[in-house]
Amino acid sequence: MSHAHPHETSNEVLAPGQRLQESERKAFSPEAVAEIQAIMAQYPDKMAATLPALYIAQREFGFVSLAAMRAVADVIGIPEAHVFGVATFYTMYQKAPVGKFHFQVCTNISCALRGAAQLLEKVCERTGVTPGQGPSPDGMWSVEEVECLAGCGVAPCVQVNQDVYDELVDEDKLVEVMEACKRGDYRPWAH
Amino acid sequence: MAAIRTKPDHHTYTFPGFGSEKFPNLMLRGAGDLNNWHLKVYEQQHEGYVAMRKALQTEPVAVIDEVKASGLRGRGGAGFPAGLKWSFMPKDTPERKLTRYLVCNGDEGEPGTFKDRVILEYNPHQLIEGMIIGGWAMQCAMGYVYIRGEFLWLIEKLEAAIQQARDAGYLGKNILGTGWDYDILVYRGAGAYICGEETALLNSLEGRRGEPRVKPPFPAVKGAFGQPTTVNNVETLAAVPPIMRMGGAEYAKIGSPKNSGTRIFGVSGHVKRPGIYELPMGTPMNFLVEELAGGSSTGRKIKAIIPGGASCPMLDEKDFDVPMDFDNLKARGSMGGSGGLIVMDESVCIVQATLRLIRFYAHESCGQCTPCREGCNWMQLVLHRIEHGQGRPGDLDLLASLTPRIGMRTLCPLGDAACGPMDSALQKFRHEFEHHITHKTCYATGSRLLSNVGAH
Repeated sequence: MSHAHPHETSNEVLAPGQRLQESERKAFSPEAVAEIQAIMAQYPDKMAATLPALYIAQREFGFVSLAAMRAVADVIGIPEAHVFGVATFYTMYQKAPVGKFHFQVCTNISCALRGAAQLLEKVCERTGVTPGQGPSPDGMWSVEEVECLAGCGVAPCVQVNQDVYDELVDEDKLVEVMEACKRGDYRPWAH
Repeated sequence: MAAIRTKPDHHTYTFPGFGSEKFPNLMLRGAGDLNNWHLKVYEQQHEGYVAMRKALQTEPVAVIDEVKASGLRGRGGAGFPAGLKWSFMPKDTPERKLTRYLVCNGDEGEPGTFKDRVILEYNPHQLIEGMIIGGWAMQCAMGYVYIRGEFLWLIEKLEAAIQQARDAGYLGKNILGTGWDYDILVYRGAGAYICGEETALLNSLEGRRGEPRVKPPFPAVKGAFGQPTTVNNVETLAAVPPIMRMGGAEYAKIGSPKNSGTRIFGVSGHVKRPGIYELPMGTPMNFLVEELAGGSSTGRKIKAIIPGGASCPMLDEKDFDVPMDFDNLKARGSMGGSGGLIVMDESVCIVQATLRLIRFYAHESCGQCTPCREGCNWMQLVLHRIEHGQGRPGDLDLLASLTPRIGMRTLCPLGDAACGPMDSALQKFRHEFEHHITHKTCYATGSRLLSNVGAH
């Protein structure tokens, strides 16, 4: 897990939950609650709604904070510990704030053979962000190194929020994607 | 919500002769055409839902027999006969009516594999049709499609396609007057490679951490939500409609003995035309790499090929002629895996490549079994120091001693998968590791597979 977490010293060890960042928002909107309840009704066991509900939480809260996990547990009616366990298991739930445009660069073998390592460095250089260190000061960019995005034939590929961009072999293509983000052509995070 | 994509992928799907009798096109019909996912296109141009109608007029057990006769083997990696798997599902007895589920595994995460993505993008109705036939054969109450979280646009496309099938009366209550109720739900994963393992997938589908379960009980006895369940790969289910259409015996004639049918191979890495190629099983590997994919893209000689996704042991030059099917690849010490070929040229440092692969397994280990969780991390640490010029003389023996302590000692095959590349690299390219330890630098020059910015 590469997420930034609050300062921790050897004298004052934080409990796992305290390492998570807090969000401003504390509860779901009524629409989101209705959405989660509809999902719960689709499955034989309401617990199955945990993963979809965490996606809804990520959309509403901006990232999956401890409050978001509590809200999910509350709506579904399952233990908080269960939701905490699930949210921290899966990497697509961001446990810390991300930028408006979250770059997920695949650096696995097929992409690496076509220059993904260099691409990741270029993304970091152009956005001024180090992976795992939170978003850029203006809140615009964040970068994450991810494992295979199943775009091996069009490597190297990058996922920006929910959209995948492939064959970013030369820097111009990366600049193009970044410019489009700035212009507002792509949907920002959590929208 | 992501919109339906308007930009096609630029990989190659076709080649001269594709679609002829020699290279039948059973699963990639209309690939490359983004309008191909509509129900009416599938029905009018690709014999869509013909197989489903045929199956629904047949007894369920006869459908299973047809799939058994076809010799179809699971395309997810293990190559288990699909018909046999279907026949493991318990039947209703007069005393007890069971709720059975069919789960489709679309958690495509194996590095080098990108075949399910193509089926979902261009031919989702063939998967839906396969799921209806499978659901009928096993008399399932529900079908679930578990798709990896990154494929949001494909999930939305599949949901739209499912709605079209519902509107046409192919899903829902009393399908085509048979009195059988069946529907399909799509479930979105959240970024865990381990959820491609069937019991981890079932845990994830139930809203839990994706940790593999202890087997037995096998999913056919106690699967999703505690009910009998069969888990099949996207490609396996997409192969079912052609089988029903042409008949199992006819399908069995394609491919090599005991490895029937066509398979979707993905080629990535140092080739001129990376992409997706549907070929009969048993097609020689060098034909695919040299003729179809165009050979080395860099002009350098090809040094190693991983024949079926990152988990498969690497092959070197002497094995490039291997016929690609489960049995032949196994005989050469590798695996059929998920059909994703990763081609590496001479400039690639095998130590770096192995470190990159092992880092993946160390990151994706769910942490449940100690041998895999600790073993993968230790392999990563030792490889890391070799790569960074701090290798010690005993390191290679240390690495070789680690793999037998991981393989076959874990609940699921992730630990074994990590041992595949490690063992084969040590065995076939030992001199590169030794060069690294003695000279503190790469044997092959020019490759840089690892970035300087912090790893996760």
